[in-house]
Amino acid sequence: MSLLDYFKITKANSTATIAKERLQILVAHERSFKNQPSYLPQLQKELLQVIQKYVNVEQDAISVNFEQDEHQETLEVNIVLPEKSR
Amino acid sequence: MTRIIVVTSGKGGVGKTTTSAAIAMGFAQKGHKTAVIDFDVGLRNLDLIMGCERRVVYDIVNVIFGEATLNQALIRDKHCEQLYILPASQTRDKDALSQEGVGQILEELAAKDFEYVVCDSPAGIEKGAHLAMYFADDAFVVTNPEVASVRDSDRMLGILSSKSRRAEQGLEPIKEYLLLTRYSPERVRIGEMLSVADVQDILSLHLLGVIPESKSVLTASNSGMPVILDEKSDAGQAYADIVARYLGEDIPHRFIEEKKGIFGKFFGSK
Ligand SMILES: Nc1ncnc2c1ncn2[C@@H]1O[C@H](COP(=O)(O)OP(=O)(O)O)[C@@H](O)[C@H]1O
Ligand SMILES: [Mg+2]
Repeated sequence: MSLLDYFKITKANSTATIAKERLQILVAHERSFKNQPSYLPQLQKELLQVIQKYVNVEQDAISVNFEQDEHQETLEVNIVLPEKSR
Repeated sequence: MTRIIVVTSGKGGVGKTTTSAAIAMGFAQKGHKTAVIDFDVGLRNLDLIMGCERRVVYDIVNVIFGEATLNQALIRDKHCEQLYILPASQTRDKDALSQEGVGQILEELAAKDFEYVVCDSPAGIEKGAHLAMYFADDAFVVTNPEVASVRDSDRMLGILSSKSRRAEQGLEPIKEYLLLTRYSPERVRIGEMLSVADVQDILSLHLLGVIPESKSVLTASNSGMPVILDEKSDAGQAYADIVARYLGEDIPHRFIEEKKGIFGKFFGSK
């Protein structure tokens, strides 16, 4: 094994490589929130209030996701009901 | 025509003030009438880096509140007569800045035929940082080859493209440039530090220049001289390259590869 190979191997699992991979995932994830409408947190809060009038759900029982592609924008609302309510 | 440049990053301590001082001096040395504004209200430091801390009488908040004229507050640099510094207030809180007030100052600078206005942004994404970038034509995004800095820079890019005057008025977007600072080719070689290419892959920005990690930055700040005045230093030369490149000169990138000492030759650093 030449010295050069040694450097190549350390490069593949170096901390810089790990840093890059982590950043690529994180940045892609955070960019997907960039175009999100600013009313989302408020919408989520108010929806929760309405639902809590009828069902006893926790704060984190509701999630609101905004997604966007070239053709359409979708708003996905997910509410998880507690076991007992069935 | 006045060109407004914001030096920004999101993260603190990456080299914004060092960069603002250096490039403002660089523009002025090339004969362009330049102002550099400290937006870090409450934590002013640009005055120290520029070596004019004892000449500060009025500051940007005094001008906004009508307690002093812009002419009274602008400090003429002692090394270069084309360069003026507008200090931040040390005593007021950061909410003393207003969009209208900053806008008026920038208009007045334009009326006084300033060619470049360099806005040294505070860290964070709050009011000071927002106002520093709001009116910008160009953004110098100062980034260190380190995870938190790269992430914060990406965040800042999102803000530049959505919350600036140019974005709100539907004008041509702010031109964004990457300045990778505190770079250490040795550490990149051994896999300890993100490389220029890595950071560019993630941020996809036009690279204006790489500034090496350099002792000369500290010695320059010790004596209150922007590091670009230290023409023998690597960091000083890197900033001089950046200024020239920004002004349209075609200058190859330096400081990305390791210096070829005996060690470099021995291993034939490729
Ligand atoms: N290229 C560099 N090499 C070594 N030290 C640097 C370099 N750039 C900045 N520094 C140091 O980093 C610290 C933060 O720099 P500063 O310009 O004040 O950052 P910011 O304005 O982004 O908070 C200072 O101590 C400065 O001397
Ligand atoms: Mg600073």
